[in-house]
Amino acid sequence: MSQHQIERDASGGAAGFRRRLLSLVRKEVRQLLRDRANLMIGFGLPLVLIFIFGYGLSLDVKSAPVAVVLEDASPTAFDIIAGLRLSPYLAPRLVDSQREAETLMNDREVDGILHVPNDFSKRLAAGDGRVQLLLQGADASRANIIRGYVTGALNSWAQKQADRDPSGANGGAGSKAGTVVVVDRMWFNAANTSTWYLVPGLVVLIMTLVGAFLTALVMAREWERGTLEALFVTPVHPVEVLLAKIIPYFAVGMGGLALCLFAAKFLFGVPIYGSLLILTFSCMLYLLVALGIGLVISSSTKNQFVASQIALLASFMPAMMLSGFMFDLRNVPVVIRVIGNALPATYFMELIKTLFLAGDNWYLIFKDCGVLAAYAVVLLGLARAVTRKRLD
Amino acid sequence: MRQTPAAISAQGIHKRFLVKETKQTVHALDDVSIEVPAGTLTALVGPDGAGKTTFLRLVTGLMQAQEGSLKVLGYELPKDAQAVQDRISYMPQRFGLYEDLSVQENIDLYADLHGVSPEARHERYDRLMRMTNLAPFTNRPAGKLSGGMKQKLGLACTLVRSPQLLLLDEPTAGVDPLSRRELWDIVRQLIAEEHITVLVSTAYLDEAELCARVFVLDHGKLLAAGTPEEISRNAQGLTYIATPPADEAPRLLQSRLLDDEAEVIDAVPHGGEVRVVRKKQGDAASTVQELEGAPLRPTQARIEDGFMVLLREKKGKRLGDVSALQEAAPAGPQANGNGNGNGNGNGNGNGNGNGNGNGDQRDGAAQGDTMIEVHDLVRKFGDFTAVDRTSFNVRRGEIFGLLGPNGAGKTTTFRMLCGLLPASGGSLQVAGVNLRTARARARKRIGYVSQKFALYGNLSVKENLEFFGGAYGLTGAHLRERIATVLRQFELEGQEETRSGQLPGGFKQRLAMAVGLLHAPEILFLDEPTSGTDPLARREFWRRITALASAGTTVVITTHFMEEAEYCDRIVIQDAGKLLALGTPAQVRAQAGETDAHRLNMEEAFIGIVERARGQTQEARAA
Repeated sequence: MSQHQIERDASGGAAGFRRRLLSLVRKEVRQLLRDRANLMIGFGLPLVLIFIFGYGLSLDVKSAPVAVVLEDASPTAFDIIAGLRLSPYLAPRLVDSQREAETLMNDREVDGILHVPNDFSKRLAAGDGRVQLLLQGADASRANIIRGYVTGALNSWAQKQADRDPSGANGGAGSKAGTVVVVDRMWFNAANTSTWYLVPGLVVLIMTLVGAFLTALVMAREWERGTLEALFVTPVHPVEVLLAKIIPYFAVGMGGLALCLFAAKFLFGVPIYGSLLILTFSCMLYLLVALGIGLVISSSTKNQFVASQIALLASFMPAMMLSGFMFDLRNVPVVIRVIGNALPATYFMELIKTLFLAGDNWYLIFKDCGVLAAYAVVLLGLARAVTRKRLD
Repeated sequence: MRQTPAAISAQGIHKRFLVKETKQTVHALDDVSIEVPAGTLTALVGPDGAGKTTFLRLVTGLMQAQEGSLKVLGYELPKDAQAVQDRISYMPQRFGLYEDLSVQENIDLYADLHGVSPEARHERYDRLMRMTNLAPFTNRPAGKLSGGMKQKLGLACTLVRSPQLLLLDEPTAGVDPLSRRELWDIVRQLIAEEHITVLVSTAYLDEAELCARVFVLDHGKLLAAGTPEEISRNAQGLTYIATPPADEAPRLLQSRLLDDEAEVIDAVPHGGEVRVVRKKQGDAASTVQELEGAPLRPTQARIEDGFMVLLREKKGKRLGDVSALQEAAPAGPQANGNGNGNGNGNGNGNGNGNGNGNGDQRDGAAQGDTMIEVHDLVRKFGDFTAVDRTSFNVRRGEIFGLLGPNGAGKTTTFRMLCGLLPASGGSLQVAGVNLRTARARARKRIGYVSQKFALYGNLSVKENLEFFGGAYGLTGAHLRERIATVLRQFELEGQEETRSGQLPGGFKQRLAMAVGLLHAPEILFLDEPTSGTDPLARREFWRRITALASAGTTVVITTHFMEEAEYCDRIVIQDAGKLLALGTPAQVRAQAGETDAHRLNMEEAFIGIVERARGQTQEARAA
């Protein structure tokens, strides 16, 4: 009986492959569902990320407190303040003296000081109205945004003045008539909210988390606990072991994608202009890349702790910091840009943001999918090469 | 099928590893040639680090040798590794069961991988379940099985089909005698019924006695090969039983015999007496019929005796010097106040006097002091009672052994005694301090050596001692003096600057004990200190323990080696949380049914007592 079995096994070919793979996948799914830590990383963490980035985190400036020192008590000056109040981005706060305003600035109670000098309306009438804006520069980008808002509010006040009194009879505001007025529109993010910008990027983070981090962890666990030693001394082939890891975690990753798409559409109202089919296809490609990274890391470290650290440092952190998720790669030093451009996550980030917010750009689709496919082939090949039935 | 004259044929195998941390090359196998005939049960014997696992991994094709040729079942390795792997079954030392999967799911996985057909499966599973007694637990996750059951499940997974060659790597390491016997029954039954070839590695020499052929490995070299009888023959005519004087513990006679290097190769306490292997003097053994004042009578040589002769011949290894341990008694009984009040040498009611009745050996130490007092001790984990109303006392200077099968509550009891785990009920006094209320105070007076090497591997010997000395509150001149003392006592002088992770195994254990004794505790706790060490290292270890106890330190120890119970003054046997036996080794053997006509060794006594208790529990349940 035993001889017969062995013969059949050795010649088993495709049937043996299917049977062993099925059995290993079943084992993997059971382990995944029974281990609370795995479930937390696979399903819990993506949800937490969606809520943090969707609701908790925002790069927008809203209701920024600005101290206003009004030395000129003219109606014109008060009118300016009223104009500032209209802006949803600013919260002007009238103070009595420059000194008081500076104290507030030092205590970081306000982000800026708008100083309206006592000769403001007089000079305005002469066509030379000046106000001073002091900004809290510790957070430079926030300071820039506030400057933009204050200038914008002042301009629109001036515009209104001009419209109301085209003759320019009432004060010097009319002198602005005839100047070029910039009418700006924000393309691809018409609402100008960072949620639109962050949520598509979340797809990248979650795919990286599931594909690279979680897979590195579960594969390294097998090496560490010695479960592979007994497994290897069976007719099993290393490819079957790898496929059995890839298949279930691929499914978990696609689940994460579904979660993100659902959250994007129904919770945050982020539009999806591109084709859903291409979006899904590019996600699959990137997921394979991430799985490749995870498997290479785990099979070469063979240790859960080291594998999780490396996976975090080499895949998740760069995907968050260097892929253009938060910071535009064109604005960073060359070294960082080079590193960023070597990351598969960067290409996927570019593609997915375009697909969500701009639609199908075929040049980008072909370029980025090509790069991702190349990475997938190389990394999965490497994973196969380092996963050998060897213990020495 | 190809013709396979020998199942395994290894010629001149060399396997070297580079140890990354130290950049040293370890010669795991050094010119080893082993021939395993088909259809036999062959044993690979040797201590930890002998190269047993490496050899088995080479046979599985999971490792490659640098030199030599290796043929398994007629296939060349490493070329035809997959062909070999299709035909053999291998149980690694740490069989990697999937702990989240149930017993059944683990077995199914291996049946699928080996391509066992559904029809064949039915019959095979029935048999495996019958042999392993795992049937009631098929739905239990493998991670929730006891150590012995895990081993049995590992064996069941390995045996889902009948392989042409079965490789077992220390299947009984860390397994209690009961499970050990069950595992061997399974293997022997298989060999009888299916005539498969089995190569098993083991550190237990008595297991090698069951095999047709034995290969003895030591530090990567093949020390001997042959039948168990051939190995035993090395000690033939040299093996004797020495009877200690009525008032002396066998371990004291044993330790004196070991000191007699001119005459004695080996001595171990055995059944209240001492087994001695004498040195060959000229052509024949010396005709003296008495050694160290104890009469000798010849006895049959065992494989361990032969092995010791071989080891001594090859290495000429001397045992360590323990005199420094005897001279320096740890902190006296000041805390107990009444010192020697109870008087020396009155035997404390130890029936046959081989307990601690020998006042001359322990002048100073008050025999009557109770160092540990345990009364109705209970520990529960949820609904599970790990330790159930256990009571015993340990006296000053006693060596007290805790024995029991896996999951018996031995480790739990031990941890409660050391103050590492709070008790759920009962009273617990250690060194006169109530552990339930003043754990920190009790800890100052106890030393603890854990099973694993728990020191900092990248600190030097001296740095470890300084760190732990500081942790125990020792400072300045006192600390320096204590460090010098333990370095001398454990023969670690000259190793002060060595990183402790790079010390050889025996040195590591000595360092661990030195650290445990740094603050001169009155009680030393040792958790399975001899697991995986070779017989020579074990002799040396016990000689140190004997010396320590003689100087007045109380020693509480757990062990899986039943014969080591013979070194203890008294032992307890626990099973399922209950105390089954308490007394001197002789009393325990008597409780198991030993008579003058029917001698039992400790292992038989242990199995007898545990099985009887289990039988009674079952009857009680049935009634």
